[in-house]
Amino acid sequence: MFKTVLPYLLTGIAVGGQYALIAIGYTMVYGILRLINFAHGDVFMVSGILMVYITASGLPLYISLPLVLLLTAAIGFFIERVAYKPLRTAPRMSIMISAIGVSYTLQNLVLYITGGLNQFYPKIPFISDSVSVFGVNTKMVTLITPVLTIVLVIALVLLINKTKIGMAMRAVSKDFETSQLMGIKINNVISVTFIIGSFLAGVGSVLYFTNYNTVIQTSGAMPGLKAFVAAVFGGIGSIPGAVIGAFIIGICENLIKGLDIILFKAGITTTSYGLATFSDAFTFALLIIILIVKPTGLFGEKITDKV
Amino acid sequence: MMRNMQSGTYAQPQEKTVKLSTVISAFIILAVYAAVFVAEQTLPSTSILFTVLKKGATYALVAVSMNLLNGFTGLFSLGQAGFMLIGAYAYGILTIPVEQRANVYQYYNGGIVQFALPVVPALIIAGLVAAAFAFLIGLPVLRLKSDYLAIATLGFAEIIRTIFQWDKLGVLTNGSNLLREYPTFSDFNIRGADGEVTLYLSTLVPFIIAGVCIALIVLLLRSSYGRAFMAIRDDEIAAEAMGINLAKHKQIAFCTSSFFAGIGGAMLAMYQNTVQAKAFTSAMTYEILLIVVIGGIGSVTGSCIGSFLFVACSEWWLRFLDQKQMIGNFEVPLLRNGFRLVVFSIIIMIVVLFFRQGIMGTKELPDLFKPKKGGGKKAAKRSVKEKAEAAKEAVKADNPDAAEAIEEAAQDAAQAMTDGIANVCDAVQAAAQEAAEQAPTTLQEKAEAVKEELKAELAGDIPAAAEADAEEGGEA
Repeated sequence: MFKTVLPYLLTGIAVGGQYALIAIGYTMVYGILRLINFAHGDVFMVSGILMVYITASGLPLYISLPLVLLLTAAIGFFIERVAYKPLRTAPRMSIMISAIGVSYTLQNLVLYITGGLNQFYPKIPFISDSVSVFGVNTKMVTLITPVLTIVLVIALVLLINKTKIGMAMRAVSKDFETSQLMGIKINNVISVTFIIGSFLAGVGSVLYFTNYNTVIQTSGAMPGLKAFVAAVFGGIGSIPGAVIGAFIIGICENLIKGLDIILFKAGITTTSYGLATFSDAFTFALLIIILIVKPTGLFGEKITDKV
Repeated sequence: MMRNMQSGTYAQPQEKTVKLSTVISAFIILAVYAAVFVAEQTLPSTSILFTVLKKGATYALVAVSMNLLNGFTGLFSLGQAGFMLIGAYAYGILTIPVEQRANVYQYYNGGIVQFALPVVPALIIAGLVAAAFAFLIGLPVLRLKSDYLAIATLGFAEIIRTIFQWDKLGVLTNGSNLLREYPTFSDFNIRGADGEVTLYLSTLVPFIIAGVCIALIVLLLRSSYGRAFMAIRDDEIAAEAMGINLAKHKQIAFCTSSFFAGIGGAMLAMYQNTVQAKAFTSAMTYEILLIVVIGGIGSVTGSCIGSFLFVACSEWWLRFLDQKQMIGNFEVPLLRNGFRLVVFSIIIMIVVLFFRQGIMGTKELPDLFKPKKGGGKKAAKRSVKEKAEAAKEAVKADNPDAAEAIEEAAQDAAQAMTDGIANVCDAVQAAAQEAAEQAPTTLQEKAEAVKEELKAELAGDIPAAAEADAEEGGEA
């Protein structure tokens, strides 16, 4: 029984860590700008595409990897300056529509450049090696991801709690206008937020696409949406919440993918019910349940409505 | 916000006279229908114009239904694709001719449903099924804030899409296979005895369906329900304080919008000739949202115009960007497959960033033809000048001499100011004297009194006192 569940559990933990890295970007941007950055999933996808093309141009790995991460952070910065900054004083719907527009543009750009064909992610030497855990064969990346995620999250939490820029980010997320009055350079804080979020999404993309080798222009939509659900589930605005939510979603989603087989091997069912198609739907069902039962998420704070 | 409430087609009380602007708009709409009918009889039926018109009419209906929800009620919902899917499947399932069912449902032994309804009842039932789902979904979801509502409805659309692809429901929905062989738009062409088409109606029919539905939506918006929706959009808490039942009105808006989205989905099925659940992704919802934004959030006409523009650009006008273009011997770079969508996305970003109001803003078709009520700075200046002239005329009419005296006295006082304070008293006295002399004798005492007053007031505001005094003396 354990051996049946283990592969799904391992994949779940790995994918959960990758979702966590994307979810942090969503939750930080929402905490500061109250904006659901629909384009974040597509930045994740563009990062994968960049890696494909930069490796294909012949650069060695120790140059291409940092370059990709740098470029991803730059793309996040650029998107914020071009598409979100002019609309800061506009009603909320305009900026959400702008985010949807950016997502649409990125997908079409990648479709144009790649011609719609599946791109194959390059094999990164160490992390894509096969390794055996309790008799189950997985890739090294499955073990590295949770560790790397936790390390990065700890680093981020230290940054937010102990440094000056972190204090500025916390202040801006509490009250946008007052922090400007207190002399915080809002543009810098927002740019740093987007840069950190995009950088983490870039790291997540390296880990994710090492596991699922093909990159296509729609590969960012689902992970992005699921990462957003994870952020909401954990409490939007709270980084530890987003990470925990992402791990829970990753594990449950993969368990559902294997649910038919697990139930069959456990002797509970005798035929397949085709439950694997519901793995995506589960994430959204979870979202709706949490929004109805506890809208502020697991670790979120109650926001009072001022009349 | 106040501007919206005080102007525009929806805020005005019911007036009995028919305005010119309404007549012109009605005429334009009829002309469009006539043009479509004539064009279909004359142009070859494979022309891409008809593809654009059919798809444009379908998207227009869905865009108006989304505008009803987003633009007029302020509920940012991203679930339109899910309701379109429900409508499309309901229509398809109910209208496949019985003899074709075994063929279509080949993996499911002909499927459960073994009857076929005619088109119009099937359309209405498609809408009702979508509205029923919307009612159930709306119960938990409508009380969420705008961001969460968007994601929750998006989530529901994805869940619906997954359910419709589920194998176990295949006896009803055909699983992940296509639904086909149901009546489409081309089935409305009237054929002669030999099978040749005598009267082309395949483009007029979607226009009629969309037209009737949009007319119903406009009627809803002009009623008290419409005003309640707009109140909810502007300020929920104030609307609730004014006695509008939020939950009930939001449900009405949500269900109505989904009803028409369902009919729109059925029309899309008719246009495409086949339906498949996996085509109704959130990307379709984003396209509709972009149409609504381009046309103007809060304008029904804008959504219609925006949808035709969107479909024309993406299907027809920008097609040349997808092929290699040669200028002489020089091949224009960048132009290959997919460039059209890139250009399109950039245009949309420009509209969203710089033209947030969209094409029509919140105006409707009749508003374009209303006579201008004199806006702008030039008109304002002109009107002030006119008023001054009119006042002068009035004074002149009453007492021509007095008017002259006033003017002269005022001029004298002004002159005195420039000459220096020392001479003011004399000048003022002289002015008062003149005015008093011009006035009828009975007012001589008054003029004297004013002169005394003026002497006492010399420490104060001199020019003003001078003018006031001259006026008093002149006013008879």
